[in-house]
Amino acid sequence: MKRLRAFGHFWWDFVVGDDWRAAAGIVLAIGATAALVAGGVDAWWLMPVAVAAILWLSLRRALNR
Amino acid sequence: MTAVFLVASAFLASAVEFVEALTIVLASGITRGWRSSLTGLAAATVVLAAIVAALGPALTLIPIDVLRLVVGGILLAFGLQWLRKAILRASGFKALHDEAAIFAEEAAEARTAARQERAGLDWYGFTLSFKGVLLEGLEVAFIVLTFGSTQGSIPLAALGAGIALVLVAVVGVLVRAPLTRVPENTMKFAVGVMLTTFGTFWAAEGAGAHWPGDDASLPVVLAFVIALSFMSVGLLKRRRLAFA
Repeated sequence: MKRLRAFGHFWWDFVVGDDWRAAAGIVLAIGATAALVAGGVDAWWLMPVAVAAILWLSLRRALNR
Repeated sequence: MTAVFLVASAFLASAVEFVEALTIVLASGITRGWRSSLTGLAAATVVLAAIVAALGPALTLIPIDVLRLVVGGILLAFGLQWLRKAILRASGFKALHDEAAIFAEEAAEARTAARQERAGLDWYGFTLSFKGVLLEGLEVAFIVLTFGSTQGSIPLAALGAGIALVLVAVVGVLVRAPLTRVPENTMKFAVGVMLTTFGTFWAAEGAGAHWPGDDASLPVVLAFVIALSFMSVGLLKRRRLAFA
C-alpha cells in the first residue's frame, strides 16, 4: 500500500507538479475546445489563449508564494 | 519540418536529463567507487529499456485522436511546469540550475553515508546511481514515447534521445566532471517551449479542432509560445527591478 501510494505520488509530482490548478485549467480548456467543436465551432484558437492565461496565472501564484 | 521538431525536441529534453543523470553517476562513482556506480547505471538502463519496449508497441494500438488528446494534455501539464520554472529562472526569481553545486551536494552526502555491502557492491553507491538514472531516464522515456507515438515515429524520437545519450556519455567519459559548461538553463527553457508547443497543438487536435494548414501551423504555435515566454520574462524582470 505504501509503495502504491509512493508510485502514485511520483506520477502526480511528475505530471501535475506543484500547481494542480494549472493542470485543472488544461483539462477545462481541452473540454471547452471539445464542446465548441461538438457545437460546430472549429475552436483551434482556444488552446493557445488558454495556455497564455494558465501560464500567467501560474506565474502569479509562484510569485505570491 | 515536424520530423526536425521531433528529433530536436527529443534531443534537447534527453540531453538535459542525461546531464543531470551524469552528475549523479559521477558523484556516486567518485565517492563510493566506480563498480557500484556503473552497475547501478547499467541496471537502470535495462529497466528503462524494458519500459520503452513494453509501452512503445502498446501505445501504437491506441487510436491516434485519443492518444493526441491524452498525450497533448499530459505534455501541456508537464511542459508548462518546465516553462514556468524556466521563466522564473530567466527573470531572476528562481536560482539557476547549477550542476557543480548539485554535484558537491550529492558527493558530500555520499561521503558521509555508511558503507553496506550487498552482492559485492557498495549498496549506497549502487542505489544512488540506479535511482538517479532511472528517475532522469523515465522523463526521457516519457518524452520519447509520447512524442514518437503521437507523431507516428517512435524511432525518430529515439534517434534524438540516442544522439543526446552518446554525446553526453562521450563528453562525460572525457571530462569526468559535471558538465557545467552545458547551457542547461537555456536548454531547459527550450524544452519547456517545445513541450508546450506540441502539447497545445495535439491537445486541440485531440479535442477535434483542425489547425489552419494542419502541421504547417506548428511553427506558428512555436512562435506564439516563444513570444509569450519572452514577454513573461520581460514583465517579470521589470517587476523584480521595480521591487529592488
